[in-house]
Amino acid sequence: MKFIIERFDPDKDAKPYFKEYDIQLEPTDKMLLDALIRIKSVDDSLALRRSCREGVCGSDAMNINGKNGLACVTKIADLPDVVKLRPLPGLPIIRDLIVDMTQFFKQYHSITPFVINNDPPPEKERLQSPVDRAELDGLYECILCACCSTSCPSFWWNPDKFVGPAGLLAAYRFIADTRDQATNERLDNLEDPYRLFRCHTIMNCVDVCPKGLNPSLAIGKIKEMMVKRGV
Amino acid sequence: MALNVRKFDAVVVGAGGSGLRAALQLSTAGLKTAVLTKVFPTRSHTVAAQGGVGASLGNMGEDSWHWHMYDTVKGSDWLGDQDAIEFMCRTAPEAVIELEHYGMPFDRNDNGTIYQRPFGGHSMNFGEKPVQRSCCAADRTGHAMLHTLYQRNVFANTQFFVEWMALDLIRDAEGAVVGVTALEMETGETMIFHAKATLFATGGAGRIFASSTNALINTGDGAGMAARAGIPLEDMEFWQFHPTGVAGAGVLITEGVRGEGGILLNKDGERFMERYAPTMKDLASRDVVSRAMATEIKDGRGAGPNNDYILLKLDHLGPDVINKRLPGIRESAIKFANVDPVKEPIPVVPTCHYQMGGIPTNYKGEVIVPKGGNPNSVVPGFYAAGECGCASIHGANRLGTNSLTDLLVMGKSAGDSTIAYVKAHGTHRDLPKDAGDYTLSRLNRLETQKSGESVFEVGNAMRQAMQAHCGVFRFPDMLEKGVAKIKEVAERCKHTEIKDKSKVFNTARIEALEQDNLMEVALATMISAEARKESRGAHDRADFKDREGYPNGRDDKEWLRHTLWYKEGNRLDYKPVNLKPLTVETIPPKARVY
Amino acid sequence: MVNPVKKADRTPVGAHYGWQDWLAQRVTAAIMVLFSVVFIGFFAVHGSVTYAQWKMLFGSNLFRILTLLFLLSVYYHAWIGIRDVLMDYVKPTGIRLALQVGVLLFLVACTIWSFSILWGTY
Repeated sequence: MKFIIERFDPDKDAKPYFKEYDIQLEPTDKMLLDALIRIKSVDDSLALRRSCREGVCGSDAMNINGKNGLACVTKIADLPDVVKLRPLPGLPIIRDLIVDMTQFFKQYHSITPFVINNDPPPEKERLQSPVDRAELDGLYECILCACCSTSCPSFWWNPDKFVGPAGLLAAYRFIADTRDQATNERLDNLEDPYRLFRCHTIMNCVDVCPKGLNPSLAIGKIKEMMVKRGV
Repeated sequence: MALNVRKFDAVVVGAGGSGLRAALQLSTAGLKTAVLTKVFPTRSHTVAAQGGVGASLGNMGEDSWHWHMYDTVKGSDWLGDQDAIEFMCRTAPEAVIELEHYGMPFDRNDNGTIYQRPFGGHSMNFGEKPVQRSCCAADRTGHAMLHTLYQRNVFANTQFFVEWMALDLIRDAEGAVVGVTALEMETGETMIFHAKATLFATGGAGRIFASSTNALINTGDGAGMAARAGIPLEDMEFWQFHPTGVAGAGVLITEGVRGEGGILLNKDGERFMERYAPTMKDLASRDVVSRAMATEIKDGRGAGPNNDYILLKLDHLGPDVINKRLPGIRESAIKFANVDPVKEPIPVVPTCHYQMGGIPTNYKGEVIVPKGGNPNSVVPGFYAAGECGCASIHGANRLGTNSLTDLLVMGKSAGDSTIAYVKAHGTHRDLPKDAGDYTLSRLNRLETQKSGESVFEVGNAMRQAMQAHCGVFRFPDMLEKGVAKIKEVAERCKHTEIKDKSKVFNTARIEALEQDNLMEVALATMISAEARKESRGAHDRADFKDREGYPNGRDDKEWLRHTLWYKEGNRLDYKPVNLKPLTVETIPPKARVY
Repeated sequence: MVNPVKKADRTPVGAHYGWQDWLAQRVTAAIMVLFSVVFIGFFAVHGSVTYAQWKMLFGSNLFRILTLLFLLSVYYHAWIGIRDVLMDYVKPTGIRLALQVGVLLFLVACTIWSFSILWGTY
């Protein structure tokens, strides 16, 4: 099977280039990550992040034949004979398939990603009905792989100012939590032409999310809340 | 070349569940803390935990920490230290409630309390019948927990050093720990982190086996560093094989599936666990279930074209329960086993899952070693928590859900002990003059190695040796050969060669350094296993079977003791099990029946 | 990955406008659609329109007001859209401000012109 992989090592390369690998896979190599590990056993200089190899840690996000996805849950059988791999678009490349995610996490941190509740904590758990808890489904499962944000043109143009789909999904996760008391402050924090409203519902985020989440929907709900609050 | 030095009150190595829980204590207490982590915190392996965290909240009916304690002691096959077990089970409810207050999205009951599901080995009234004790967030409990803990650390302003790999422990002439050396992956720069206290939360080393549910980063870095620094590793022969890893892929399918009512079938469609564990059936302890499955396969009753796996049936639960309580495993089964569990059973096999042993600690998270006749002498300034530590809560076999309980309780406990130590000791101990030399010599060896073997080949040899010689069933001759084999692989490991010499994010170098750590763990495991002449918990030897006075081959007269493996000369030592709990009566050893 | 925070990295947030524009863009779009439907409907009913019919249509103040509403919607909608495009692609503040003022003046001029077209005498 043929793999064309974008390579760049700032220690020796002036600019990124593509390297071809023609590799004999074993029957046990089921996922793209298996193939990359196979390649790495031949060429140990290929750099990529990986950890859980089952789609829950979010390490091995990359651009696979033009579409962002996780290597560990991309079946080789579903791929064409030639696979072109590039690092996630829109973020600075550190080396090969490894990008600098500082900007991405900065946006995540900017939405105060923790439950804020200033009441003295009760002795037992804070109660929450199953219906209220169900509001968090489709939000809390995000693995911060950055597939969505790095496929979003609005994030490409304004990574410093637009929170991006992952961050906004997280923002709504806390807004939706009945235990959180900072809804107003959270909305204030997003009331800005860039942070939230750069989302033009392009829906690339929904298209690529390896966990099947829908950031656009969450963003729509935040916008709705802002309008409700405003009018 | 001298290394740059940075000074902190405390250094935490690892940012999984226990590392984050400990860091939260330290940051909140205002200590200047550095948290070193190989991967961004939410990529740590805690994220993969599925089924739940065990705590006797009693939300679903009557429960008590005494029962939880009894189950844990029995699960450990009496090798667990009962003071640590009491401490964990007693503190567990408060640890879980605290996490809920931090914002953890637990599933809920109609009355708004945390939903709890049944789990293997957890029982009511000292073994009577299954109890619902596992607090969960669907089948993504670890994910929800790790993210919540990270979020709380963002709140507490914890300082993370992301993608820094700790390389070696630094000890002074008195044996006190004064920090670590660490490598920044992005730049290739090595630095000394000089600390008043050092806390290891580096997780397990399940990657010593060929077939493992563990993440690729689970390479026993803490254990390796400790072993190289002359600290023994405790009870390393005890490795948990999780009954339900996806056949072929090794991906975990939570025990929560059986907690929700899933059952195991052999090729004849027989629910064979009824034969092996009449009371708890599919919810018997993990070692018992794994052994039963392996026996079925060995006797030709495995399913599939090669009769080499067992079927996990859950379609009878209906799509509603599966989608609500087990959405993640449905996703995993479709992706990795090509079956939709709503319609078909999942092919599963016992797969290496958890390291019961580790760096010896007490229940306060202080690292303890034998010294001057005291088997439990505290190493000043050194703490360990989570899977890398051995308190020993899990003894010879861990109960499902107790890993998350352990990391919460021990993470916090080790954090508190660290704070107390730092506050009591105002100044840094001096760094030894040669503090970074050992690390530099290791890096230099790797840099200049010629005509050595690749890390991949050496790693494969190790994984295959471990899998073949030290699996679910262990045989005396195979263990003996295994020791010779693993020592030979360890020799080869001293000459691994990497082609990539770049400074920037050199993952080849990282993997070589990880292999060094795995090697220590593999040696400790094989040698400790060969030496333990009994069957206990997850350590099942063909030459020690059930007979009069030796329930399931267990020998309490000779072997009710902890193994300590020292790297130097592969020396073994032993210390007694602490059978005395903190406040309650001892639970005396008896035969383990589920 | 531990980088010291430079002062320039701090991005102040919360300009406290955004949802009004977002809502306005949708409301103006709705008005534009509505007017287009009425206008196209008029042609559909009358087939080929004579000058007399055309003059009659624009003779009514109601239709003039509707048309003005439509045109104002176009201008405001255009303003938000073009401002967003300038925000995305023109980063230097001075040039962006100049372009924005230019667009704004042009749209204000258009507005005045619209009045003169609708209520002027011919």
